[in-house]
Amino acid sequence: MALSTNADFKTRLQSWLPKLVLSPSLALVLVFVYGFILFSVYLSFTDSRLLPSFGWVGWENYSKLWRLSHWEISLKNMGVFAALYIGICTMLGLGLAIFLDQKIRGEGMIRTIYLYPMALSFIVTGTAWKWFLDPGIGLENVIQSWGWTSFEFDWIKNRDYAIYTVVLAAVWQTSGFVMAMFLAGLRGIDNEILKAAQMDGASNWNLYRRIIIPQLRPAFLSAFVILSHLAIKTFDLVIALTGGGPGRATELPATFMYSYTFSRNQMGIGAASATIMLMTIAAIMIPYLYAELREKK
Amino acid sequence: MGFLDIDNTTKSYGAVEVLHKVDISVQEGEFLVLVGPSGCGKSTLLNMIAGLEEITSGEIRIKDNVMNGVHPSKRNIAMVFQSYALYPNMTVGQNITFGLEMHGTPKPERDKAMKDVAQLLQIEPLLDRKPGALSGGQRQRVAMGRALVRNPDVFLFDEPLSNLDAKLRVDMRTEIKKLHQKLGTTIVYVTHDQIEAMTLSTRIAVMNGGYVQQLGTPQEIYDTPANIFVATFMGSPAMNVVPAKVALENGRPVAQVSLFDGSTVALPFSQNNMSDWAGKDILLGIRPETITDEDAADRKSSNIAHMTNRIVVTEPAGSDTFVTMTLGGKDVIARMRSDADVHPGADFMFAVNMEKAVAFDPKTENRIAP
Amino acid sequence: MSIATQDTAIRTGRVMRTLIYLVLLLFVLFYMLPLYVMVVNSVKPLEEITGGGMMNLPQVFTLEPWAKAWSSAQIGVEPTGLSPYFWNSIKMVVPAVAISTVLGALNGYVLTKWRFKYDTIVFGLILFACFIPFQIVLIPMAKMLGLMGLAGTTWGLVLVHVVYGVGFTTLYFRNYYAVFPTELIRAAQIDGAGFFQIFWRILLPSSGPIAVVSIIWQFTNIWNDFLFGASFAGADSQPMTVALNNLVQASHGVKEYNVHFAGAILAALPTLLVYIVAGRYFVRGLMAGSVKG
Repeated sequence: MALSTNADFKTRLQSWLPKLVLSPSLALVLVFVYGFILFSVYLSFTDSRLLPSFGWVGWENYSKLWRLSHWEISLKNMGVFAALYIGICTMLGLGLAIFLDQKIRGEGMIRTIYLYPMALSFIVTGTAWKWFLDPGIGLENVIQSWGWTSFEFDWIKNRDYAIYTVVLAAVWQTSGFVMAMFLAGLRGIDNEILKAAQMDGASNWNLYRRIIIPQLRPAFLSAFVILSHLAIKTFDLVIALTGGGPGRATELPATFMYSYTFSRNQMGIGAASATIMLMTIAAIMIPYLYAELREKK
Repeated sequence: MGFLDIDNTTKSYGAVEVLHKVDISVQEGEFLVLVGPSGCGKSTLLNMIAGLEEITSGEIRIKDNVMNGVHPSKRNIAMVFQSYALYPNMTVGQNITFGLEMHGTPKPERDKAMKDVAQLLQIEPLLDRKPGALSGGQRQRVAMGRALVRNPDVFLFDEPLSNLDAKLRVDMRTEIKKLHQKLGTTIVYVTHDQIEAMTLSTRIAVMNGGYVQQLGTPQEIYDTPANIFVATFMGSPAMNVVPAKVALENGRPVAQVSLFDGSTVALPFSQNNMSDWAGKDILLGIRPETITDEDAADRKSSNIAHMTNRIVVTEPAGSDTFVTMTLGGKDVIARMRSDADVHPGADFMFAVNMEKAVAFDPKTENRIAP
Repeated sequence: MSIATQDTAIRTGRVMRTLIYLVLLLFVLFYMLPLYVMVVNSVKPLEEITGGGMMNLPQVFTLEPWAKAWSSAQIGVEPTGLSPYFWNSIKMVVPAVAISTVLGALNGYVLTKWRFKYDTIVFGLILFACFIPFQIVLIPMAKMLGLMGLAGTTWGLVLVHVVYGVGFTTLYFRNYYAVFPTELIRAAQIDGAGFFQIFWRILLPSSGPIAVVSIIWQFTNIWNDFLFGASFAGADSQPMTVALNNLVQASHGVKEYNVHFAGAILAALPTLLVYIVAGRYFVRGLMAGSVKG
């Protein structure tokens, strides 16, 4: 409430209080998020190595970055990981949600079980799957001890397949959450529409394909945005599950950035890779947030 | 100088002016109703009186004190909201006395004030309940109690009855009117319901598009609407407005209106100044209750015209029967007694009380007679 | 959006239903599998695991791995077990959750009930902060914590988590308060209540459901964080996740899988407990925000 000059002091103070209360958070965010982003972006154009340094080198870090096979592998892995992770989580989440929406006995219990991995740390998830998939003691060993001695399952140690174990663990962790999003979407659909469609003679298959799933568009969009930003940020899981290996088979941009900045003392290149990660996420998030916030107005 | 003065007040959001130079002076003890369709600016105006919205230009004064920039709590006003706005976490008693508590009134005084108000509104048994446990009518009473307890200079009501069902709404309307008569308080009341406006008010401001279209007593508004908007907004069913041509018959101005078959009937005006409009098109406003059968025509009227027209639809509504016909190319409704002998498709002789007829300029849509 | 069960108009045949139950059950097993593996292997001697018995129930039941994980396992260079790190996490999580929730509540209140020009942009700026890849702030943050004298301290981590968590808490409270009737605020203003009185007396008593959401969310996120802990914690402020990772990744000596599993459960226990006890309030609170207050 902006007020004219004859407002008394207390009233005027009251009108400033809201902005005053908001300002610490805004200041924190402006400095620690946007200030830092600018700083990191700036570093990506400098010759920083172990410590930040301010010698301007232009695009050199970026051109170096794109020539690094390590970065190329990280990006390729990210492509495989993100596509499978988003795709499988979405399909699995939708499928389970549809199945769970059929007046299932014990739905609450099942939902709880599907959702609990979300509460765990990626480090815990990584540890559990790491040893379960370990050929020496895990699945392979167990099946062999059951008598199928030629059974082999060594993906986690195999350069060509290790990335799929990361997908498996990540899907295990988040698909239940995606299921919940779709379930909420399904429950939000007007039952009368479904009844009308049934009167029109639609089979269950057609009901889902033509009426229900098209109405879940917002849920698909939210799931995609959340999953894609999680995919790009995936870091802890890889550290705990494979440590980026074997070799560089499961390196992702997030682990690349971390090792170049803190272990290899190539801060400029690390900052350049972080900048690219930010741009990618921003390209997805900003249009989404823009649309969301505009709608609500 | 009135008790509450709204002096050349405007409201803009950015470049958009939503309220244009409103000028209303309310006397002490008056019951002013602001009525109009949604988006007409009536709630904005009320919020400006309350201090919940800033005044862009002009002045609002209560008891000659300028209120611009004064905090809502320091204007000595009270407000009853459409949703009642009862604090869900407080009991009825706490709801009623919250304002007094905030103004630093000591507890014994608060309790006494609460008891008085509770007695007045007959809500004593509810004082310890939470709003969630009350019916709509009870919440409405509590909301009024919260306003009354402050003993304010001006009461503001923002569509207080619109969340109630039809029957309760009528009861509460009477209740509010009684309360006003008993306490003699000054009230500004916003509604979109023209019946509420007519029954409650001592004066009505009809608003549309951010303008006060007409300010006057309910009778003035009803009988001599300033323009077509007011004429059709106030009254139910709405006033019939039909195109007509003014002519002179034996030196007397008449309105020539086409009937269902294209033939023309001449309805004589009561006002001689209509002679100036001879040969020109006008819009003729006729209220449904002034079109009746011969027997029901107003005996005191000195100007009953007759016309035979075909009945299109009849709608019996218990106390009345509404008859639709085509007049001047428009659907026109007549309000007949329930026992009138009317049938769809039949030709019927209607009596029109032209003393009550209103004429409008078709270009400006403003009233030209009476 | 409502997740509560309702009558669905869809009917399915018996064969189809059996199939559906089978699939659902299969996935129950899939989601339970790692938890089962962790639990059964945390209470058996190491030989049983290495001998190919990972999926079996323990033949010899022992709590030895738990005791070791908690108090004597080698973490980094010290044989302290995970217990000191557990307390480090608690000391970090409690203030960080409290501060970010309070800030979020106040921000949500201002952004919905005291709207001003460009408030949506301000909210967008705050919200976007939760979604950035945190790699972009690691370097300057390390420098800033050093400048502030908070490098390697628990309070440094609290600050970090507050900064990058306030977007979520603001989002939750803003959505919740957005459907809180504004007329109540106006009524309170006319009654003479000031900015904080309205917040304290009118809004806060009705904020229980969303406070639960905010607290659970923040607790889970901060407890489970690894990146910030690994980047900014000192030797005596390392959180549980970092310690667990050190325990599991240790390259020397025999790999004590049973101890690793016990440690993993210890690290998961607080968030799991919160999920089991309060998970239903979490869903309910979230829905309350999106449907109506």
